[in-house]
Amino acid sequence: MSTAPITAAAPDAGADPRAEGALLAATDVRKGFGLTQALDGASLEIGPGELVAVLGASGSGKSTLLHCLAGLIRPDAGTVSYRGQDLAGLSDSARSALRRADFGFVFQFGQLVPELSCLENTALPLRLNGMRRRPAEERAREWLDRLDVADLADKRPGELSGGQGQRAAIARALVTGPAVVFADEPTGALDSLNSERVMALLVTAARESGAAVLLVTHDMRVAAYADREVVVQDGRTREPGRGR
Amino acid sequence: MSLGHTILGLLEPGPRHGYDLKRAYDERFGRARALPYGQVYATLSRLLKNGLVEACGTEQGEGPERKRYVITEAGITDVSRWLTEPESPASYLQSTLYTKVVLALMTGRPAREVLETQRAEHLRHMRELTRRKLAGDLADQLLCDHALIHLDADLRWLELTASRLDELAGKVRA
Ligand SMILES: Nc1ncnc2c1ncn2[C@@H]1O[C@H](COP(=O)(O)OP(=O)(O)O)[C@@H](O)[C@H]1O
Ligand SMILES: [Mg+2]
Repeated sequence: MSTAPITAAAPDAGADPRAEGALLAATDVRKGFGLTQALDGASLEIGPGELVAVLGASGSGKSTLLHCLAGLIRPDAGTVSYRGQDLAGLSDSARSALRRADFGFVFQFGQLVPELSCLENTALPLRLNGMRRRPAEERAREWLDRLDVADLADKRPGELSGGQGQRAAIARALVTGPAVVFADEPTGALDSLNSERVMALLVTAARESGAAVLLVTHDMRVAAYADREVVVQDGRTREPGRGR
Repeated sequence: MSLGHTILGLLEPGPRHGYDLKRAYDERFGRARALPYGQVYATLSRLLKNGLVEACGTEQGEGPERKRYVITEAGITDVSRWLTEPESPASYLQSTLYTKVVLALMTGRPAREVLETQRAEHLRHMRELTRRKLAGDLADQLLCDHALIHLDADLRWLELTASRLDELAGKVRA
């Protein structure tokens, strides 16, 4: 992880006024990797329970934006704030505690620990937050059941199909009751029927639990599950529906 | 779609009254738009004249909806032929969108806005269909998916055309 540059300006200077009411907001974020400017002034805000699709060509900076918003990487410039608090002002341990308690993650694949059963994988975020094994596994089982994979509780990730693995991953992302779920191409490795089923389950489960979802995709049929869209192009964001 | 063949197909399992046919049609195929009874009646008259259905008795009461209809052998042959023949794929070579883009370029209007306005409208409609699909049964899901997949294809075309707009502008103005 890189260190933040020292900036003299007050943290709120130049902040997007719309970011104030937002649950999570990135404002004019820049991030470079060597010579590549992955983000070059990207802004995005998401309200409580909102479902926002992040669209854009491969390499445009979608994942980097998601990682900045989730506090996984630190922007070179610009701010990311969660419930009005600048993430840069938090210590590394406070940031990871926030991620564990308030955020959930679903990736394209590979997020389940291969040595653990589905049930143990789903219970893991609760265990990391200090919950005891039995209540954690009870809640994990309820979530596997909501995602129609309760019968796979004892299986290892390697024994699951792509669609089954994504359902378990969604259960794991939602088990802590997060305020924001980050889903980076969650259907990217699925066929079209499984992709539809996984999206329907993700959206229904997120709506029922009131979680906001940031959904990275390049599939417009997946994007149509969201309330609105943000397009990333060459590290910059634009919102076609909002005239900017 | 061929309403005559659809009505024949609905009659094949057993005789029905005119009104009963309308109800069966609306339930299965009329989710987007219910069938006006006048159209059922007109179609039945034509099928009757062509010997594809026969009247088989009338219930007590007035009006054409009281008549019962039964499919004939010729009717069964006809519906069978229709079901086994492939539909001709739409050619898609007449495109209002393409025409609008070219005319906008020719007349010096903002063609990119034509594409973007259309994209926003398509996406808005796709969100609506997706919501309906989430709340619907299998029939709704399949009908909405049919529409969604076509709209998705349009969106890809809009994107492709947007990325070749300057090239197209050069050709149109040449
Ligand atoms: N950790 C990294 N190290 C070096 N380059 C990176 C790293 N992460 C992303 N990039 C580069 O930054 C750009 C944006 O990447 P990314 O955010 O992953 O795009 P997307 O998710 O839209 O495909 C790409 O050019 C990518 O190669
Ligand atoms: Mg990515």
